[in-house]
Amino acid sequence: MSKIDSKIPDGVLDQKWSKFKSSIPLVNPANKRSLEIIVVGSGLAGSSAAATLAEMGYKVKVFCFQDSPRRAHSIAAQGGINAAKNYQNDGDSVHRLFYDTIKGGDYRAREANVHRLAEVSGSIIDQCVAQGVPLAREYGGMLSNRSFGGTQVQRTFYAAGQTGQQLLLGAYSGLQRQVGLGTVEMFSRHEMLEVVTIDGKARGIIARNLITGKLERHFGHAVLLCTGGYGNVFYLSTNAMGSNVTAAWKAHKKGAFFGNPCYTQIHPTCIPVSGDHQSKLTLMSESLRNDGRIWVPKKMEDVTAIREGKKKAVDIAEDDRDYYLERRYPAFGNLVPRDVASRAAKERCDAGFGINKTGEAVYLDFASNMKYKYGKQEALVKGIQNPTEEQLHALGKEVVKEKYGNLFDMYKQITGEDPYEMPMMIYPAVHYTMGGIWVDYNLMTTVPGLYALGEANFSDHGANRLGASALMQGLADGYFVIPYTIGAYLSNEIRTKAIPTSHEAFDVAEKEVQQRIDKFFAIKGTKSVDFFHKKLGKIMWDKCGMARNDAGLKKAIEDIRQLQKDFWNDVRVPGEANEFNPELEKAGRVADFIELGELMCIDALNRVESCGGHFREESAEVGGDQDGEAKRNDNDFMYVAAWEYKAPNTFELHKEELKYEVIKISQRSYK
Amino acid sequence: MSNSELFTSSIAKKYVMALTGLFLISFLVIHCTINALIFVNDSGETFNAAAHFMSHNIVVRILEVGLFFGLVLHMVQSLILTVANKKARPVQYAVVPGNSSSKWYSRSMGILGSLLLLFLVVHMANFWVPTKQAVFAGEEHNTFEAMKVVFAEWYFVLIYMVGVGSLAYHLMHGFQSAFQTLGINHKKYTPMIKAIGFWFSILVPAIFAAMPIAMHLGLIK
Amino acid sequence: MSGNMNLTLKVWRQKNAEKKGELVTYPVSNISPDMSFLEMFDVLNEQLITENKEPVAFDHDCREGICGMCSMHINGRAHGPKDAVTTCQLHMRSFSDGDTIVVEPWRAAAFPVIKDLVVDRSAFDRIISKGGYISVNTGNAQDANNLPIPKIDADKSFEAAACIGCGACVATCKNGSAMLFVSAKVSQLALLPQGQAEAKQRVISMVNQMDEEGFGSCTNTGACEVECPKGISLENIARLNREFTLASILEEK
Repeated sequence: MSKIDSKIPDGVLDQKWSKFKSSIPLVNPANKRSLEIIVVGSGLAGSSAAATLAEMGYKVKVFCFQDSPRRAHSIAAQGGINAAKNYQNDGDSVHRLFYDTIKGGDYRAREANVHRLAEVSGSIIDQCVAQGVPLAREYGGMLSNRSFGGTQVQRTFYAAGQTGQQLLLGAYSGLQRQVGLGTVEMFSRHEMLEVVTIDGKARGIIARNLITGKLERHFGHAVLLCTGGYGNVFYLSTNAMGSNVTAAWKAHKKGAFFGNPCYTQIHPTCIPVSGDHQSKLTLMSESLRNDGRIWVPKKMEDVTAIREGKKKAVDIAEDDRDYYLERRYPAFGNLVPRDVASRAAKERCDAGFGINKTGEAVYLDFASNMKYKYGKQEALVKGIQNPTEEQLHALGKEVVKEKYGNLFDMYKQITGEDPYEMPMMIYPAVHYTMGGIWVDYNLMTTVPGLYALGEANFSDHGANRLGASALMQGLADGYFVIPYTIGAYLSNEIRTKAIPTSHEAFDVAEKEVQQRIDKFFAIKGTKSVDFFHKKLGKIMWDKCGMARNDAGLKKAIEDIRQLQKDFWNDVRVPGEANEFNPELEKAGRVADFIELGELMCIDALNRVESCGGHFREESAEVGGDQDGEAKRNDNDFMYVAAWEYKAPNTFELHKEELKYEVIKISQRSYK
Repeated sequence: MSNSELFTSSIAKKYVMALTGLFLISFLVIHCTINALIFVNDSGETFNAAAHFMSHNIVVRILEVGLFFGLVLHMVQSLILTVANKKARPVQYAVVPGNSSSKWYSRSMGILGSLLLLFLVVHMANFWVPTKQAVFAGEEHNTFEAMKVVFAEWYFVLIYMVGVGSLAYHLMHGFQSAFQTLGINHKKYTPMIKAIGFWFSILVPAIFAAMPIAMHLGLIK
Repeated sequence: MSGNMNLTLKVWRQKNAEKKGELVTYPVSNISPDMSFLEMFDVLNEQLITENKEPVAFDHDCREGICGMCSMHINGRAHGPKDAVTTCQLHMRSFSDGDTIVVEPWRAAAFPVIKDLVVDRSAFDRIISKGGYISVNTGNAQDANNLPIPKIDADKSFEAAACIGCGACVATCKNGSAMLFVSAKVSQLALLPQGQAEAKQRVISMVNQMDEEGFGSCTNTGACEVECPKGISLENIARLNREFTLASILEEK
């Protein structure tokens, strides 16, 4: 008998959620007032959950490490949010969104969860518009949509290149409203450092006040982790500097299983690393691939000349350019999914064709579309006969500016190069983690009363997330799933009085946290926290990044264990515990990243197949027109890997079989 | 919540500044027009007639009281705001922004206003007080002759130049700022308001400045 | 590497809110022009840690100009010498070899210093909690397209909503005024039909809270608009003035 039960309701797929929803036990309003819920993290999932639960009458406490809940990293999402509204009359439906998401995830997500996600997607847009989120509109006043991530319908709602910001500020305003009404107590600049469990149930947390350094105890009948992804295990990623795995990892060590830790999304279009000083990578929206063509030179001598500064991109003749995505995937061209585009860039750069000094960059070139697509179009509109090349460039530039102006400006600011004149240089970077805390259909982890929402859980994206689906999932979990499903647990907790934080379980947990902090200061080593973080990042990127293999992963596990020893022997944490101390915060996070890194490699080693963002070199197609492409192994690996923490460096695998009742499984082909 | 915010909030205080400011600006128009009559160059005949009307007409007398009230309100309110604004930044920067993000005169309204006030004291001692004395004594005050006497002195001319200079910069910010405070900011009209404000701030002080200079140089007889 | 710079930094150091602070001078060398200003601070901190000194505390998170957390006053300007960027998007190529750079925290009574360059901006959250929202509970919403909104209004609302709440407006204003921040939120909601129901209450209670927090008043110098990384327009302040006055005249309470 498996230790995990996904609690997927019985019945026909498209009725599971509605039937289940109307049968979940309710908590009456008077009882809600005496039930306390702790929400950790204030991004899309956390803010929306906290606001909604407070509206319903629960007593809510929200914690975030930033100085304001509005700063959570959901704010940085650019492109948009999917919803099956079919406003464009292009045949979209709940089923299509469901199908695209499962297929995009390379058949490694739960059918029931994904279908529920698609079902509630429309309500998210309604809710956001009602709360004043200024989504893009057409002249008639109706909402505008764009296409995204290679799907065949236009279902992505957006607010320029700042969709995440606008949605988060919407959720934040709902949260602040509850703060103003006194139903939510907000703890910003607080970091959760331990889950407190009593009789096997989650009953609170230990949090550190980041300003005073004081450890605080907080009780809750339930604890919701909405703490985002762990992409920063790679040191360089598109995540915010503070994004971390600590809350999720503490939960994991207290009994919450970790699902599919190796599933990482590497985004193909990011600004390449410029030097050792690099602290983070910046994403250039996927939408750029609609008009940008990706290439590297065909001839090695051109590559060398470019690297030495003797030639520029524009000097390379058309015939000497290798538009490798168009060459390899004629059907989808530059619009193949993220994982495919990223691997193809890596393949060219590994072969030595990378066009910058580090050898890790390819061109994203707008020149031909600017001139011949938009330029010619504009010339026709303006009635210009036989326009010159310069005229075409100037005319097309205006169109491109209108579409992508803010992204081009951002690129110029960071690199100092003008992308209207020179092609952009891009390279893949870690962007999102599909893996996360394992949760059942109710979003509850394997620890009763402990939930995980949004990117922090593993649930909906399988092995690869489609563009514009992260925002959808975060808000679905917070607004429309947890407010119902938490009733299943809390309806049995109405007799539980608030447990005083003098309970010995709090004593023990706080002591553990205190000891760990003391330990950091006691090491008095010679290297900064960042030094170890960078080392970890390099191991992960080289051996557990875009392509993984048996030998590499085994070596990585060895290296990480060594790094862990070095870290605990030689890290230097300056300052004191009882003050504002960013180095101490980082130390705690990196210590957890190191442990997580090992688990990611163990998971990647275990999964001897290629699926979505996880590419095992041993599992590739050989021969035929699919030569070199990812090869799934449905017979042996159609399961969720849920890892249980047993002891330091020891994890036990539990498998949740994935059953596809509605979807017909096939190979993803973009040829 | 009470209706007090209508009078006590920071925005209400700004409204008072804007309304009194615009009222004072309207006074400038009249003052400037009447004074410009000296340029008729008829030994002050037209000008004195106008001045007589201004000092004896009952409506103008009432408006004059309003003018004083407006001026005092403008000053008092600005003092209150300045004190509050200073309190909003108790610790100053070691390096200040300077002119990189705003115009110096927009940040110096208090100093410009204070200079104007000092100038007003001199100005009123020169003309307003003697006129009033004459009115109360039932005599006719020849303001034109008085101007000749005052502007014969170079230091008075200098004081007046500093006065109208302060006025010019005070208006340069104050004119358009008043409209912004009153909530009038529109893509179509604001450029117009700014242009009018700019030329007003140059023309009116220029006309004021022309009088002492012209008289000092004896161009007006 | 060629083109790299040596700089002198004068950084505000302050142990905590109670202690007095001072500017401390640090030399940094071999700074690449491709670094962001914050990455240059990473270099400084790495250097300080190696020397067994305490690194400089500063706020930062997304490092892509959207979270609004970074907050340095550099050579007398909020977010440094370039217009319309946050500190994290300011790159060292905006400086030259040999420069002396003075870095201070935001200065305002309503933004007390927590440590070094870190200030407390929770006043902004409190202002939002007084009305920077539309009171709609989850599940109450009608279909999103039942309420057509003219594109022009939606776009203007979006432009106001682009505010990242960094506080540069307050930091740069000679009066420490938060009018640009407050007006951006009031405008965003005032421009939308959804925002009308609570418009009067909203503007009054948000302005009251703003005054209570100890921000100064607006004297229309326009510095905030110049320094705002998101280009929030002064038009919004005019709209706030308008909304506030009408509301406080018409409100029956």
